[in-house]
Amino acid sequence: MRLINRHPDRAGRPLLVLLPFALLLFAYFSGSAARLADNPNDKLLPSATQMVAAVDRLAFTPDKRSGDYLFWKDTGASLARLGMGIGIAALVGLGLGIAAGSLPLLGAPLSPLLTVLSMVPPLAILPILFIVFGLGELAKVMLIVLGITPVLARDLEQRAREIPVELLIKAQTLGANTWTLILRVVLPQLLPRLLIALRLVLGSAWLFLIAAEAIAATDGLGYRIFLVRRYMAMDVILPYVLWITLLAWLMDLGLRQLTRLAFPWYEGAKA
Amino acid sequence: MSFISVKNIWQEYGDQVVLERLNLNIREGEFCTLVGASGCGKSTFLRLLLGQERPSRGEILLDGQPLAGEPDASRGIVFQRYSVFPHLSVLDNVALGLELPRTPLLGRLFGSAKREAREQAAETLKRVGLGHALDKYATQLSGGMQQRLAIAQALVMKPRVLLLDEPFGALDPGIRKDMHALLLELWRETNLTVFMVTHDLSEGFSLGTRLLVFDKVRVDPHAPNAYGARVTYDIPLNSDRRAARAAVDALPAHIGAGLQSAL
Repeated sequence: MRLINRHPDRAGRPLLVLLPFALLLFAYFSGSAARLADNPNDKLLPSATQMVAAVDRLAFTPDKRSGDYLFWKDTGASLARLGMGIGIAALVGLGLGIAAGSLPLLGAPLSPLLTVLSMVPPLAILPILFIVFGLGELAKVMLIVLGITPVLARDLEQRAREIPVELLIKAQTLGANTWTLILRVVLPQLLPRLLIALRLVLGSAWLFLIAAEAIAATDGLGYRIFLVRRYMAMDVILPYVLWITLLAWLMDLGLRQLTRLAFPWYEGAKA
Repeated sequence: MSFISVKNIWQEYGDQVVLERLNLNIREGEFCTLVGASGCGKSTFLRLLLGQERPSRGEILLDGQPLAGEPDASRGIVFQRYSVFPHLSVLDNVALGLELPRTPLLGRLFGSAKREAREQAAETLKRVGLGHALDKYATQLSGGMQQRLAIAQALVMKPRVLLLDEPFGALDPGIRKDMHALLLELWRETNLTVFMVTHDLSEGFSLGTRLLVFDKVRVDPHAPNAYGARVTYDIPLNSDRRAARAAVDALPAHIGAGLQSAL
C-alpha cells in the first residue's frame, strides 16, 4: 500500500500524537540526568525535582521581600497587558478592516496605508514607544496593539471584500442604508473571521509582550524570565516557558470553541 | 402608458459594446423572460434594471421617472447563488427586509414591532412552502429551498418589479418544476412585473407572457466586441394569462383587488 493511503487507526492515533512529546521529554531528562551525575551543581538542564522546587518557591510561597506570590503576580500582569492589547487591536482592526473593505471611498486611502504600516517592524519602534508613552503599562500595551492591528485590519479587509457582492445588493433591495448594511450584514459575517484572525496573531502578541517586558517592567512573565537569566536559573525559566505555552494553547482553544459556540452558522457557510 | 420604458440604451465597457440601441416598453404585470447566448448582454440588462450599473447612453424610465441609480426596495432580486444571508435563520432572512427600512440607525426592531415583523415574515415563508424550516440557518437548506427563501425575501418587500437572474439554473429538473409552479402562483397573486434571465428556452416559453431574445444584429468577425446585442425577437406568449391579467386591470380598482388572488 502506498504511504499516502495509509491512515493511523483509532488506537494508534493517540500513540502517534504522544510519541514526539514523549521523545522530547525522554531526551531532555536523560540529558539532564547525565549532566547532574557529572556535576550535581549543574544549572543548565535542571531535573524535575529542581523545577518543582522552583515553582513551589515562586507560586506557593510568598516572596520574602514583597510578600507577593510572584508567579501569579507575573501571570496576572502579563495577561492584563496581553488582554488589553489584543482587545484594543481587535476593535481597531475590525473598524479599519470594515471601513477599508466595504467602503471604496475609504479603502482607497486606507488600504495602501495599512499595507505600508504592516511592514514597519514593531520592535524597531519600541524605543519610540518608550519615549512617547514612558516606561509604564501604556507603552507595552501599545507595542502589542501596533504590532498586530495592521495584520488584523488587512486580514479583515480582505475577508470583507470576499463577501459576495450579491449579498450586499440583496441587502440594499431589502432597504438597508450603508450603516445598517454594515451593522446587519458585514459585521456579523466578519466576527467569526475576526476570532480566527486573532488565533493567528496570538503568537505575535505574546512575542511583543515578552519583548516589552524584557526591556522595561517590574513584573510579568517576560520580566521574570529575563531577570533570572542573570543567575542562569533554568529551573525557573523552563517552567515559565511551559506555562506561557500552556496559556497560549488555552487561549487558542478558547477562541476556537467561542467561534463554534457563538457562530454555529459559520462552518456551514464555508461549504 | 407603459410601466417601464427603455429608451435607446447603450452599454459599453471600454471599447466592448454589450448592448446597443435597446428600446422596449413593458406594461405593468408583464412576465418577461430574457433568453440568448452566453455573453449577449441579458444579465447586463438585468443589472441596469436593478441599478447595479448605469447605462453608458440612454435612460430607463419606471412609471415615467428615471430609474434610481442604485439598488433599492422598489426592485427585488433573486440571483442564481448567494441570495440568502448565511448568518441569519430562515425567519430572520425574511424579517430583515421588514426591519431595515424602518430602522435607519440600528437596523433592527425590538419588542412588539419585532414580533409583528417575524409573524409577517413567517406568513410569507409559509406561502413559499418554508413554514417548517423557520429556525434553520439559511445554509442548512437545499439549493431549491434557498431559492424559495430568496423569493420570499424579495416578496416581503412588496416590490413592483422582481428581477430573477437564472434563479433555477443550479437546480435539478424536478425541483425546477416545483419552482416554476410557485413562481407563476405568486405572479398571479401579485401584480408583479417580472424579468427573468434564463438559459432554458422551454422555461422561457412556458413561464413568460413575453419572451425577449437578445442577439447581435451586426457581427464583425475581426472585431467581435465592436457591436452589441439588441432584442431580436419580442414574442407575446401565454395569451390566456395575458388576457386574464388585462381583464383584471380593466376592472375598477376595488373589485380588481379582490379578484387578483382568485385568478
